[in-house]
Amino acid sequence: MLPDIAISLEQIDIIYRARAQAVGGARDSGPARAGDYHAVSQATLAVHEGEFVSIVGPTGCGKSTLLNAAAGLLQPANGDVSIFGKPLEGLNAQAGYLFQQDALMPWKTALENVAIGLEVAGIDTATAREKAEHWLAQVGLKGFGARYPHQLSGGQRKRVGLAQVLIRNPAILLMDEPFGPLDAQTRQIMGNLLLSLWAQERKAVLFVTHDLEEAIALSDRVVIMSSGPGATIIGDYTIDLARPRDAMDVRLDPGFHAIHKAIWDQLRGEVMKAYQEVEA
Amino acid sequence: MSVSKHTLLALQILVAVVALGIWHIGSSVPIFGVYFLPKFFFSTPWDVAARIVKLFSGTLIWKHLGITLTETLLAFVIGAGGGVLVGFWFARRPLVNAVFDPYVKMANALPRVVLAPIFMLWLGLGIWSKVALGVTLVFFIVFFNVYQGVKEVSQAVLSNARMLGMTEKQLFRHVYWPSALSWMFSSLHTSVGFALVGAVVGEYLGSAAGLGYMIHEAEGVFDTTGVFAGMVILAAFVLLVDAIVTAIEHRLLVWRPDAAGRNA
Ligand SMILES: Nc1ncnc2c1ncn2[C@@H]1O[C@H](COP(=O)(O)OP(=O)(O)OP(=O)(O)O)[C@@H](O)[C@H]1O
Ligand SMILES: [Mg+2]
Repeated sequence: MLPDIAISLEQIDIIYRARAQAVGGARDSGPARAGDYHAVSQATLAVHEGEFVSIVGPTGCGKSTLLNAAAGLLQPANGDVSIFGKPLEGLNAQAGYLFQQDALMPWKTALENVAIGLEVAGIDTATAREKAEHWLAQVGLKGFGARYPHQLSGGQRKRVGLAQVLIRNPAILLMDEPFGPLDAQTRQIMGNLLLSLWAQERKAVLFVTHDLEEAIALSDRVVIMSSGPGATIIGDYTIDLARPRDAMDVRLDPGFHAIHKAIWDQLRGEVMKAYQEVEA
Repeated sequence: MSVSKHTLLALQILVAVVALGIWHIGSSVPIFGVYFLPKFFFSTPWDVAARIVKLFSGTLIWKHLGITLTETLLAFVIGAGGGVLVGFWFARRPLVNAVFDPYVKMANALPRVVLAPIFMLWLGLGIWSKVALGVTLVFFIVFFNVYQGVKEVSQAVLSNARMLGMTEKQLFRHVYWPSALSWMFSSLHTSVGFALVGAVVGEYLGSAAGLGYMIHEAEGVFDTTGVFAGMVILAAFVLLVDAIVTAIEHRLLVWRPDAAGRNA
């Protein structure tokens, strides 16, 4: 029997409206009007419990948009979003979301930023801080707790963000280019860290990256998004490389190259298309 | 171009010495039989210094300073409190903001000095008419900054806080409030300065105590030395208040990238 579906996006359309909705406006539905941007069209994607799925696609295609829909931050104009079988209403309380942009609270230290997710859930400050220390150490930032975000590098901020999300132990992880600003070595270390954490508690992970090798190394499945407008899922590849994996060594596996070639053949076309649109 | 701290200080002192020197020579040394800065209009540095010393050896000056300080603090606290409340309210209720927007702009465009006589009519010659004048100045600065602070919270930070499970109340405490506070503090120098301006101008236009009154009184009897002494004391007072504000700011805004290097 297949495990339950954690995230289900069914035939969703997402339209960015040119004109802002009126104060307290109604649900964002209806056809696109002039000036609206139809970012995602008829996208269908399911992530099972305990499954690690990556999305790759040309820049600006709508990967972050798709994650926002799964997080409940954006309402699709059409289609359904369900979380563990239930239609999503409002924010997705089961998900932890690591944003692509800097999203730490600049007025809180790294430690306070990590602890806040527990504190707002009613856990006392001392316990929350203690756990936060642990998670900072987990992401390799022991001793950085007293720093404010502006005193950290881009990569260190991303890692604080990772700790901030993981400390709440969400059933679903949404990650938008979490290792974007890290150097190649740290990326792989973080990849391995993520894999080992994920192996302990198999969460459903939806992971966005622009690095195809990273996607293959980490995931159970890699899906490809077409270039926008009207981006949709056009490819779905199962990565049946043995686990546990090492994010670095797995790249030397002969199976890795075969999969990489197959995916890249399709992805290249989309990247070229997106590029030509920029040129035109 | 950069100069060492000591050189800078030396240059700053030099400016003061030259200015005082010109003042002294102009007022005390006749050049071709004329004084460029007649004593009657400009007094002399020594007279002013002597007057300040004399003032501070008495007790009256402390009373005047105390009154002005009280008015400044009250104007600041009431104006800032009101600005914070209304700023938050407007920022979180777009409809309220849209309705009141033209009136807020109108009220803010009004030169506040014209209100002074009205406040005196309403509130008498005591401290409250001065406080009211200061409040009308402080309120708008704080209001606009808090409004901006709430509006300008980064969308990513806000979404992140929501995803971390914050309720509206928690968002207020952990996101909107710190953001608004940082904007408010960035205007602290201006708003405290305006609270003082309100107090002194109010005193000047009609009262029986305070630094503004002291200066006005000296003016009334053509006591230039008294006027200059009052201005020097007022300037020193402003510098002192400003230094305190800077210290508070450094403590409260440690998280800001520019806070450390602000006065460098
Ligand atoms: N608020 C918005 N209003 C209008 N258009 C938007 C908005 N946000 C995103 N878009 C557009 O929607 C498309 C998808 O954006 P999205 O951020 O999802 O891309 P992405 O795949 O995450 O790109 P990247 O890899 O560069 O992060 C882009 O073309 C973008 O210009
Ligand atoms: Mg993106």
